[in-house]
Amino acid sequence: MAILVGRDTVVLVQGITGREGSFHTKLMLEYGTRVVAGVTPGKGGGEVHGVKVYDSVQEALQEHPEVNTSIVFVPARFASDAVYEAVDAGLKLVVVITEGIPVHETLRFTNYAWRKGAIVVGPNCPGVITPGEAKVGIMPGHVFSRGPVGIVSRSGTITYEISYALTKEGIGQSTVIGIGGDPVVGLTFTEAMEMFEKDPETKALVLIGEIGGDMEERAAKMIIEGRFTKPVVAFIAGKTAPPGKRMGHAGAIIMMGEGDYDSKVKALEKAGVRVARNPFEIPSLVSKVL
Amino acid sequence: MKLYEFEAKGILAKYGVSVPRGIVVARGEDVRGKLESSGLTPPLVVKSQVLVAGRGKAGGIRVARSLEEAVSLTEFLFDYPIKGLKPRYILVEEAVEHSSELYASITIDKSARKPVILASLYGGVDIEVIAREKPESIVRYHVDPYVGLRGFEARFIAKKLGLKGTVTSSFASLLQSMYSAFIDYNADLVEVNPLTVVGERVVALDARIIVDDNASYKYPELAIERVEGGEVSEWESKAKRLGLAFVELEGDVGVMGNGAGLTMTSMDMVYEYGGVPANFLDIGGGASAERVKKAVLLLLEFPKAKSIFINIFGGITRCDEVAKGIIEALREYSGRSKPIFVRLSGTREEEGRRMLEESGIKAFDNPIDAVVEAIKAAR
Repeated sequence: MAILVGRDTVVLVQGITGREGSFHTKLMLEYGTRVVAGVTPGKGGGEVHGVKVYDSVQEALQEHPEVNTSIVFVPARFASDAVYEAVDAGLKLVVVITEGIPVHETLRFTNYAWRKGAIVVGPNCPGVITPGEAKVGIMPGHVFSRGPVGIVSRSGTITYEISYALTKEGIGQSTVIGIGGDPVVGLTFTEAMEMFEKDPETKALVLIGEIGGDMEERAAKMIIEGRFTKPVVAFIAGKTAPPGKRMGHAGAIIMMGEGDYDSKVKALEKAGVRVARNPFEIPSLVSKVL
Repeated sequence: MKLYEFEAKGILAKYGVSVPRGIVVARGEDVRGKLESSGLTPPLVVKSQVLVAGRGKAGGIRVARSLEEAVSLTEFLFDYPIKGLKPRYILVEEAVEHSSELYASITIDKSARKPVILASLYGGVDIEVIAREKPESIVRYHVDPYVGLRGFEARFIAKKLGLKGTVTSSFASLLQSMYSAFIDYNADLVEVNPLTVVGERVVALDARIIVDDNASYKYPELAIERVEGGEVSEWESKAKRLGLAFVELEGDVGVMGNGAGLTMTSMDMVYEYGGVPANFLDIGGGASAERVKKAVLLLLEFPKAKSIFINIFGGITRCDEVAKGIIEALREYSGRSKPIFVRLSGTREEEGRRMLEESGIKAFDNPIDAVVEAIKAAR
């Protein structure tokens, strides 16, 4: 079963002619994802790795009505427009890879998508993969394998690290979601957990958090309230980060004493979640709860 | 991007907020000439324009009883370092006699995905202090980003604070002006603290605006040189000019990674295996060989780093680009060599590892092996 993406996923790539858009179109196709169309305004009529390019989402959908998912590689200054365009055309899943979108813009388009019944994953995220079925993102496909563990993560590279460690130990994944590292993102931990809760294939969840914000605390609350009942193992990056400093991207900043490492670990442990000290401890913790 | 007080007040004044009458003097300008032709009436407040917290306590705000005293205090403050740095600008304002100090700010509630207004009758100190000492005094109000802050909502907040009469309207229009500035300037924060009531009108005595770095290109008029002062080290500002996310730390193992999560975890790993990181350096996603080269050169030159641990797990970042950048940096660097331990996994890892090995650099698959070696080499 898995969630969000699978065999039925048919993908449109927005920003397909750019450096990243074209490179990852190739990798997604190689993985077996059904990428059938691309959009770059002004470049309609061309082709990228055998995928037809259109000037607008609407034109692409006219030719390929089976498209149900968009992945956005459009540069930050124009990325918000691309999200509105996809949602406006009726797509229900939009994965935004672009980094550097102003937070006010994200605030507005995530609200817009929510009102239109569409799910935005990201921005500034690695995307979503259901191993063996569909990869809608930029993650290296070979580190994943299919199995019973769902993963939801705020950190792209740690996701690869942990999936790779699980795969090497023979523990596969149902669906892996990178929700993105920006201060405001579309899909949140708790929303992803609601989906994993309903997915019969997912038997356990790995939650990969970071310092800053309160998404981990909210996940803990959800578990305590009995709204997520499967076993959870977690890792939180940033244990030794100095407070008040911005570590790389904006999501990982400890403000006003909220969102520090200890408070997140405490909240999760209170909810019965085992928190790993480093990414390589995850496989043994997961095999204990499976 | 943090704006100076005089910029924040200038913006708020454009939106109709009352601010004290004042002028800005830049370093190198004729202080006396500017003040004498300003038409300001003493007593005056002379305020050092720095972007660090705790300016008042550090002695950066002085009161002058006469124009003559304002001239000498301005000259004095130009040479008076606040947390290690001297200001480029001084703001001289007419003093506003006041008995009350209120607080108001607008920021983004990340979990609610909405702007949030915080207001209190007990301003003049940081919001953290108000939250600790008088938490019940804080009014918190979420704004629907699609509707904006309507007048009735702003008046509701004023009422809830306990304001009465026409002050309510003045405070409400201050909030609406702040909200407009917050939206128009893509602000992470708009804060007026303190604000006070003069007669029936509210006046902003101090103001702060932080513009989202991702949106700062929209405001070319704000592109003046900023000294982030005190809290930013020499190497941090050097890295910033190169466009790199870099934080200086206490130890001797240089750390570089792709993505904030992996780079923080690399730091955490250095601690876990008994070392102390010299820095945090995140090259971000999809870094080109050129960007990697700049980052590696920075760590080669950074004296605190005695060895270098590079931890790359490529998604959008390609291992071959990283390898190319590392090799070029080592070719270009002419200083004393440092041991480098590179872990490469993910997109195009085979190409990347092969390139490194052909240049005589060992590439690790397991980051623990690389970190242990790097800690040993730093000693």
